[in-house]
Amino acid sequence: MNEPRNRTSTASPLTLSLGLAALLSLGATVALGLSLPATVEQGEYSRLIAIHPGVAWASYVSFGVTALASALWLWPRTRAPRWDLLAGASAEIGVVFTALTLATGSIWGRPTWGVWWVWDARLTLSALMLALYLGYLALRRVPNPPDARARRSAVAALLAVAVVPLNHFAVDWWRTLHQGRSLAQIDPGNDLDGAFIGAMLLGFLAMTLVYAWLLVHRVRVARLEDEVEEASLAVALEERRAEALVAP
Amino acid sequence: MWRDAVLVGGKDLRIEARSRVAANQIVPFAVLVLILFAFALDADRGVLTRAAAGLFWVAVLFSAVLAVQRAQAVESSVGTGDALRLSGLDPAGIFLGKAGAVAVQLLVLEVVLGAGVVLLYDVEPAGYPTLAATAVAATLGVAAAGTLYGALAAGSRVSETLLPLLLLPAVAPVLIAATRASEAALGTSALPVAAGDWLALLGVLAVVYVAFGVVAFGPLMEEQ
Repeated sequence: MNEPRNRTSTASPLTLSLGLAALLSLGATVALGLSLPATVEQGEYSRLIAIHPGVAWASYVSFGVTALASALWLWPRTRAPRWDLLAGASAEIGVVFTALTLATGSIWGRPTWGVWWVWDARLTLSALMLALYLGYLALRRVPNPPDARARRSAVAALLAVAVVPLNHFAVDWWRTLHQGRSLAQIDPGNDLDGAFIGAMLLGFLAMTLVYAWLLVHRVRVARLEDEVEEASLAVALEERRAEALVAP
Repeated sequence: MWRDAVLVGGKDLRIEARSRVAANQIVPFAVLVLILFAFALDADRGVLTRAAAGLFWVAVLFSAVLAVQRAQAVESSVGTGDALRLSGLDPAGIFLGKAGAVAVQLLVLEVVLGAGVVLLYDVEPAGYPTLAATAVAATLGVAAAGTLYGALAAGSRVSETLLPLLLLPAVAPVLIAATRASEAALGTSALPVAAGDWLALLGVLAVVYVAFGVVAFGPLMEEQ
């Protein structure tokens, strides 16, 4: 990732162009989503297909990146502080996207299923995933030396990635009401489905760009935070040293 | 590794046998949870009997949090953790020993809770082999995951509040699978459920948590 030009800013030509692309694709997704026709079964709410699957996808991408960065930190040959920063930043964004997945799912579920929440397999899995990664973020906030924090967080992230598929099996067998995977259900021969599939794929792209834009900024903020912490330690040491020189 | 595991597990169990924290605090807590469920779910309407398997395993999970915190606490006082680290014991062995000791305590607790469920919730005991296999597999998984997350959360001032947040979502599949397998054994499920699949899932969970702990415990111990 490029160094920000200004030490107090996290913006750079890369983030500007990324941000612009994210904004444009998000705008196009909203426009296309709103132009979709209302369907017989789900009415106006079918338009959420432009947003909901994309948001869910972005949460999976986030946690995937967290796992990959954690593995790179744990592997001695690739160990570097930036992987820890990347893992933490990606998990934070992933939690936001998971919460958005649950929120948009509930908004869709209320008129379609008649309730805000059902104990369906994938809803339950998302809620468990949210709890797992909230725990991961809480672990990251525990005051520890940077190396210890990175090591514990990396182990927790890999453990979380191992647990998600197990949770998936358990809740899947437990009960399944949720429709099948969105892509597997659509019949490409149908014009109506074609519009929906386009909106959904555009949503995937927009959310991925938003994720990437947020990620670059968040990693840079984390790096600045670390620098401030180091600088304040140096300042404090200097002050104590000065006191010692003044004292009789 | 196995010799070290027996040493560490034996040490933890001896500490528990002498201090009686598990017997005097954790077991009564678990029984209390069973009684509280009865208050919450209206004991007279058969709800308790139908929900007995799930309530049993929820009580076990809550107690497991306490047992793991206790297992961590004995290492954090007056430098015993450092002594353990300097002892030259295999970290994988230490993990297996500590997880094994927690598992033994939980199994004893489950026997007591099982009797409690039969007496208090009017459950007709049945399917003993399935129940025993469920108990062993689920307990191994919970004890291994608990010991691992206990090590992750250890050493900080917030470890007591952090552990449940980390551990409970991770053992949610154990709760689901153990509940369904127990229901199949007891015949209390509304739907016909086969215990075999759930037992297999419990086995996979136990293997994953134990394997993860064996690999990850060494690096986690180094830095503490």
